[in-house]
Amino acid sequence: MKIAVCIKQVPDTANVKLDPETHTLKREGVESIVNPFDLFALEAALRIKEAAGGEIVAVTMGPPQAETVIKDAIGFGVDEGLLLSDRAFAGADTWATTAVLAKAIEGLGDVDLVICGKQAVDGDTAQVGPGIAQRLGLPHVAFVKGFREIENKRLVVERQMDDGYDVVELPLPALITVVREVGEPRPPSLKGKMRAKKYTVPMQGAADLGLDASQVGLAGSFTQVVKVFAPSHSGERRRLEGSDEQMGAQVIDALVDNQVIMLGS
Amino acid sequence: MGVIIDKELCIGCEQCLDACPFDALEMKGDVPEVGDACTLCGSCADVCPEGAITVPEVERAQDDRAAQAKGVWVYAEVRGGQMPEVVAELLGQGRRLAGQLGVELGAVVLGHGLGGVAGELFALGADVVYAADDPLLADFNDDIYCKVLTRLIAEYKPEVLLAGATSVGRSMIPRVATAVATGLTADCTGLAIDPDKRLLLQTRPAFGGNIMATIVCPTARPQMATVRPRVMKRGERREGFEGRLVTVSLDAEDQAVTKVLEVVQSLEENVNLTGAEVVVTGGRGVGGPEGFKVVAQLAEALGGVVGATRGAVDSEWIGHAHQVGQTGRTVAPKLYIALGVSGAVQHLVGMQGSDTIVAVNNDPNAPIFDVAHYGIVGDLFKVAPAMLSHLKQLRGQG
Ligand SMILES: Cc1cc2nc3c(=O)[nH]c(=O)nc-3n(C[C@H](O)[C@H](O)[C@H](O)COP(=O)(O)OP(=O)(O)OC[C@H]3O[C@@H](n4cnc5c(N)ncnc54)[C@H](O)[C@@H]3O)c2cc1C
Ligand SMILES: Cc1cc2nc3c(=O)[nH]c(=O)nc-3n(C[C@H](O)[C@H](O)[C@H](O)COP(=O)(O)OP(=O)(O)OC[C@H]3O[C@@H](n4cnc5c(N)ncnc54)[C@H](O)[C@@H]3O)c2cc1C
Ligand code: SF4
Ligand code: SF4
Repeated sequence: MKIAVCIKQVPDTANVKLDPETHTLKREGVESIVNPFDLFALEAALRIKEAAGGEIVAVTMGPPQAETVIKDAIGFGVDEGLLLSDRAFAGADTWATTAVLAKAIEGLGDVDLVICGKQAVDGDTAQVGPGIAQRLGLPHVAFVKGFREIENKRLVVERQMDDGYDVVELPLPALITVVREVGEPRPPSLKGKMRAKKYTVPMQGAADLGLDASQVGLAGSFTQVVKVFAPSHSGERRRLEGSDEQMGAQVIDALVDNQVIMLGS
Repeated sequence: MGVIIDKELCIGCEQCLDACPFDALEMKGDVPEVGDACTLCGSCADVCPEGAITVPEVERAQDDRAAQAKGVWVYAEVRGGQMPEVVAELLGQGRRLAGQLGVELGAVVLGHGLGGVAGELFALGADVVYAADDPLLADFNDDIYCKVLTRLIAEYKPEVLLAGATSVGRSMIPRVATAVATGLTADCTGLAIDPDKRLLLQTRPAFGGNIMATIVCPTARPQMATVRPRVMKRGERREGFEGRLVTVSLDAEDQAVTKVLEVVQSLEENVNLTGAEVVVTGGRGVGGPEGFKVVAQLAEALGGVVGATRGAVDSEWIGHAHQVGQTGRTVAPKLYIALGVSGAVQHLVGMQGSDTIVAVNNDPNAPIFDVAHYGIVGDLFKVAPAMLSHLKQLRGQG
């Protein structure tokens, strides 16, 4: 089975702090990491390969530095990597992102399964996976949390829903996006790390993919960011005073007075 | 591509660098230089005291869809015969937007055994209901649901389409947007109309809730958005209102490729955090699985559900289904009570939309107090029982 895993380089949002005065992101010293959900995608791919055999290719679109996430993936044990990098790709919305990723996956030839993370922790849209599936004409199941059956031509997966989960059968080729329940990522292996050091990451730009500059990046995007601002925490804020017991009673009184709590119910 | 900086006007004050959310500006000598990361968002131009920055118009392909498209649509999700709360909220917001644009509000519903649903959608604000009722649509399947919705959009050409940012919405709507070739804004918490340009201003959190971005879709139609549940206000019910019902039938070649074998309503996963009116959350401050007892008691007394931080979930004190935050569920209940929660940004992003927030923490500097309407610096094991007993007393139970 040939599996393509899409991974994205993101700032480590755990360490992104807001500047309290300017309300902008302070990024000095913030490391770039593999999107945490994409580690679950890599883990899922490795487990499927263990079950069904085959080959895994990790694909990323990003600036030249994003090469490091491909090397990380090699360290985890994927077979090959591909970096999609071009100045023209900058500023892409999800439509222009899937244009590039879908073309690149098509170029890999005969991919049986594409795996994406649930969402990227910077853009946070969760739109890229289903978008790639549509462009490639593949069926997809999003938010996969487990596998029931893994065969060469068919998967049975558990799909997380708001009120439980569905068991879904899907024929391959197909695309899935995965959530953390698919399994904790294994640590990179020593052998993988050695290989990653020596691995030269292949790179492709717009021209290699046969894409015109107008189809990618900012120019190829439908959406446009017109304003960016800090979230406001609206409403009155107060600190209560007194002993622990007094404060506990006070807050209940305040919530009742403001009809947040109804006593009748 | 990037903003244009007039080197003559620039005084080198560096305010634009601080304002850029994408870290796209860097000082080269006395003036800033713009890099590839620039998205032309205009934040730098807004703060430049000298007016030295201009934001160029992006050349976009001409698109005549804007002139033809008309009407606001809501995708009315139905699962197991039930409509999630967000449908009523979308119709409430959809009514307001349709009113400002002077157009009709449509609702699309796909499923099987939909008797009564159309009437409910009219009562909730729809002028027109497009209903496809077919055994093939009995279970949610992305492929066939997307095909039908895509076809309806191509035929009736709405200018706006809203859907809930639920598991179903976030799975199928990106596929539909790609199929009709238009823009989609994810998980919006604010929607407004720019009356001059007839554009939908879509506001959403990104970077794990650290920033808010307002996004437009200038040329392609429909302008599509998924909307976070429990943020928009539902409208007045119009009991007995009868709108136009358009029955949609499937094509002969419509086939579902994926197959739902089983639908599991799982108790553990059915914590129904997203739908709860009251959420009482325990963090690492509760000290262990035993500590969740008082959390559960308070939740029960308030008719709410138990939430947890990742700190508590990772310590295996409680299941992941309870987790609130970036990698858990997003909630916006009427009342959110945080017990022993520090307030990491990944947690705040999942609950800061709550109407009223109460925080109990023994560290006066815990960041949770920045978002709390009622902050209590104290020991949760004393404060929470006091809340419980006072509540019982007021209810005449104690
Ligand atoms: C503040 C802000 C708000 C934005 N809002 C929107 C919006 O509402 N709508 C919109 O269309 N765009 C939006 N964008 C642009 C969007 O972030 C980019 O298009 C981005 O390239 C992909 O989206 P994402 O990060 O949300 O990825 P998601 O769709 O959340 O990612 C899901 C999965 O797709 C794969 N993937 C995503 N990106 C890549 C990549 N570059 N290389 C390899 N695999 C990848 C990964 O497996 C990932 O886990 C926004 C950007 C910013 C900065
Ligand atoms: C990629 C990523 C995603 C994440 N996603 C999430 C997410 O979805 N949800 C989430 O919650 N976190 C998430 N986190 C983790 C987050 O950064 C924090 O580590 C976590 O929220 C902390 O949990 P906590 O508040 O329970 O624990 P702590 O930070 O340890 O806070 C415990 C608090 O309890 C207080 N306390 C202790 N004893 C008492 C007492 N007796 N009475 C009153 N107060 C007391 C302490 O003062 C302290 O403030 C994520 C992190 C990363 C990197
Ligand atoms: S337009 Fe926005 S992204 Fe570009 S440099 Fe200015 S602030 Fe940064
Ligand atoms: S804000 Fe304006 S004047 Fe100040 S450095 Fe930037 S471009 Fe120059």
